[in-house]
Amino acid sequence: MASTLDPRRKRSTIVRPGDRIFSGLSTSAGILILIVLAGVAAFLTIEGIPGIFASPDDVKSGQSFLPYVWPLVYGTLIAATIALIISVPIAIGVALFISHYSPRKLGQVLGYLIDLLAAVPSVVYGLWGIGFLAPNMAPIYQWLEDNLGFIPFFAGPASATGRTIMTASIVLAVMILPIMTAICREIFLQTPRLHEEAALALGATRWEMARMAIFPYARSGIVSAAMLGLGRALGETLAVAMVLSVSAGTVTANLISSTNPSTIAANIALSFGEASGKTVNVLIASGLVLFVITFLVNFAARAIVDRRKEFSGAN
Amino acid sequence: MTTLTNPPGPAKTPGPVDVHQELYGARLPSWGPRAVLGGAVVVAAALYVLAGVNVMLAALIVFAISLLLPVWSVVVEGRRKATDRLVTVLVTSSFVLAMFPLFSILYTVITKGTKVLGVDFFTFSMRNVVGEGGGIYHALAGTLLITGAATVISVPIGMFTAIYLVEYADGNRLSRWIRFLVDVMTGIPSIVAGLFAYALFVLFFGEGVRMGIGGSVALSVLMIPVVVRSTEEMLKLVPNELREASYALGVPKWRTVSKVVLPTALAGIVTGITLAIARVIGETAPLLIIAGATDSVNFNLFDGRMASLPVFAYTSVRNPGVPPEFSIDRAWGAALTLLLIVMLLNLIARLVSYYFSPKGER
Amino acid sequence: MAKSIDVSDLNIYYGDFLAVEDVTIPIAAKSVTAFIGPSGCGKSTFLRSLNRMHEVIRGARVEGKVLIDGQDLYGSDMDPVNVRRMIGMVFQRPNPFPTMSIYDNVLAGQKLNSKRMKKSEADDIVERSLRSAGLWTEVKERLDRPGSGLSGGQQQRLCIARAISVEPEILLMDEPCSALDPISTSVIEDLIHELKSQYTIVIVTHNMQQAARVSDETAFFNLSGVGKPGRLIEVGRTETIFSNPTDPATEAYIQGRFG
Repeated sequence: MASTLDPRRKRSTIVRPGDRIFSGLSTSAGILILIVLAGVAAFLTIEGIPGIFASPDDVKSGQSFLPYVWPLVYGTLIAATIALIISVPIAIGVALFISHYSPRKLGQVLGYLIDLLAAVPSVVYGLWGIGFLAPNMAPIYQWLEDNLGFIPFFAGPASATGRTIMTASIVLAVMILPIMTAICREIFLQTPRLHEEAALALGATRWEMARMAIFPYARSGIVSAAMLGLGRALGETLAVAMVLSVSAGTVTANLISSTNPSTIAANIALSFGEASGKTVNVLIASGLVLFVITFLVNFAARAIVDRRKEFSGAN
Repeated sequence: MTTLTNPPGPAKTPGPVDVHQELYGARLPSWGPRAVLGGAVVVAAALYVLAGVNVMLAALIVFAISLLLPVWSVVVEGRRKATDRLVTVLVTSSFVLAMFPLFSILYTVITKGTKVLGVDFFTFSMRNVVGEGGGIYHALAGTLLITGAATVISVPIGMFTAIYLVEYADGNRLSRWIRFLVDVMTGIPSIVAGLFAYALFVLFFGEGVRMGIGGSVALSVLMIPVVVRSTEEMLKLVPNELREASYALGVPKWRTVSKVVLPTALAGIVTGITLAIARVIGETAPLLIIAGATDSVNFNLFDGRMASLPVFAYTSVRNPGVPPEFSIDRAWGAALTLLLIVMLLNLIARLVSYYFSPKGER
Repeated sequence: MAKSIDVSDLNIYYGDFLAVEDVTIPIAAKSVTAFIGPSGCGKSTFLRSLNRMHEVIRGARVEGKVLIDGQDLYGSDMDPVNVRRMIGMVFQRPNPFPTMSIYDNVLAGQKLNSKRMKKSEADDIVERSLRSAGLWTEVKERLDRPGSGLSGGQQQRLCIARAISVEPEILLMDEPCSALDPISTSVIEDLIHELKSQYTIVIVTHNMQQAARVSDETAFFNLSGVGKPGRLIEVGRTETIFSNPTDPATEAYIQGRFG
């Protein structure tokens, strides 16, 4: 395949059957991936379009597509954003702790521990969210309502079960922590030793060294880590579906009440079992929306990483 | 050289006091940080035991008292050192904070999950079970079958794609597209993969289709990019010198790739595949959509609903029945089983990469 | 065995870049020819073009003729894979296959091509090749151990054994001693002397004493400037080149004035 693209490549005309089969197999595997992805987009579109144009009477929710999907998009974005706000500083802190504050040997073990978090299946996170986190958060929400109720986020009335969008966001934050930590850690470790030593030689404290040498070097890496984490948070399904107590169609800034907007992914998981007819198409169409959102986020992350590659002069 | 063997007596002579002061400045005693932390833990523990404050609040108290260290430092050492100490406290606490959910999850799942674990739990399905009893046999079988089929689909496609990218593509346009799309695939939400499988199968089997193999297809969409990525990395690590050595012996390219490059990278590839399996085996959302849930054993991937561990755990919590506690206990048991499988796979991956990597390479 | 090589008017390109220009050189059978010259002068590239190994790099091509006993190496009916079976190569850094034992490394040429043979036949080849490479007595007790466990010099001799186990006509060596210590180097130089009776050997070296010690003929390569192609300046009997070169550049290089 590659050789036919370049006519000057070689003069040899002999191609062995083994070579032809092997390169044919690997090329078709690569092309198959293109087809699969095109398939994902195509099938979602085919099955989704009837949902977008479905008349409100044919759909269980009794709404046309946009009013139906808007609160879900809102819920998805708000949950993922809060998760990111919680998780990014912790991820940076943990990565810095592992890469520069703990002894090297220990750092590797601690890295494994963080990676263990990535190994926990999402349904287990969901169970943990319901069984442990939500009940423990409920009194905190009550306290927030009583003392900080004037802020719209904490307006209340506080949920007695604790199954709020805030709890869901915390679970999401824990779930995206490992991937972001892993990326940040890699980048922190790649910081040129010379920069660090230059900073230390100027009499900088460890923190000043981090600010002068590590962060400028790692900035775009941190951003792309955050974007990848955001992508994960947007698409996470089960943990949110299990933790969140949902009231359909809610759009509210209130983070601690028992009426919460659902997320696209969680809504599909919750409604798909009983859905039929056009309702299925509506759900698939909402999946398409989610696909587009995550695609854009990942695309942005990729673009940032690629730009960084060009400027870093590495490789 | 000889000076090193001299007794260190004269070296200990203290220099002039002002130089010492200049170099060292005012410092907190070296036991300072440990003392503050120890004090914080003691106070919090005391409050936990005596006053019965909850765990989270106790942790918060430890954190708050630790903040006294930079305050003390700003008085003794000045602002710069104090900032440094503050950041150290923050960075360390963020790590402790991150460990908190891990241990909390492990503790919760283990204590709640071990209650139901037993021989019956693994050998009975949920068929005709109301209330107590029953097991996860059907779900375990389903998980193994679906994930097994997903592995069978993903590994050849993923490996051959990686071989194409590293050995054949030479950075041409097609390979850049494939790399880009593999990246896009990495970001596909699992529920979207499930919808894809559903939308695909609906075309052939009509509305409301539920099949185990559909779950495998959905999991493959999630697994293929991971396999491609890890295999690609491993193939790139194989030194070019080995390929050249093989070519120079008159070995055709396909034999070079299959008999020299792949065996050299094998341990890494197996590790990557194991981790990929570990990643998809816990996926719930796509299976919920396309494989569905059932109480009975189903060994046929191509016929009807098929239970799986994560979906079982989910539905047991979602629709617990009356009384709910037995069903919820079973959910924790299933979650524990799943967690054990995933941890086991991770362990296997590490062991493979540790013991079977070619020696003398690094 | 052992064939002669006749190169005429050979140009080697990487894409549009002309790397080696207009080389004409005869190489006699059962002789040792050394290529010397400063870094980047194209001697390694030229060596690789003698068994078409340069084609591994994308965009590489040649113009001109390379005849092996009168047969055109670049003829349209020639398969580079078969060419390489006929012309063995030893590389700068020892590169035994890390997944194979010493025994399997020696037989790599046969095994990788899935050639069937009897156990006794295989044992014979392994012993003969290792004896020729002067490694037999050192490794005969541990043939099943991985090849990467040997010392650098032993690994390089293992690679030589691997190259000659497929019974090539010609043996190309690309700075085979540059990664080795002086003692291993001298072992390998002795080996080259012995192998000369059976093979045509072409060796690239940075070390002029080595060229003087091992070779019958010496070819000096040089480039006229940065970005210009490498050229063959002169070739002749080794004694002549080292004692009485015709070209002033050769003399300057040999006396260590540049390079």
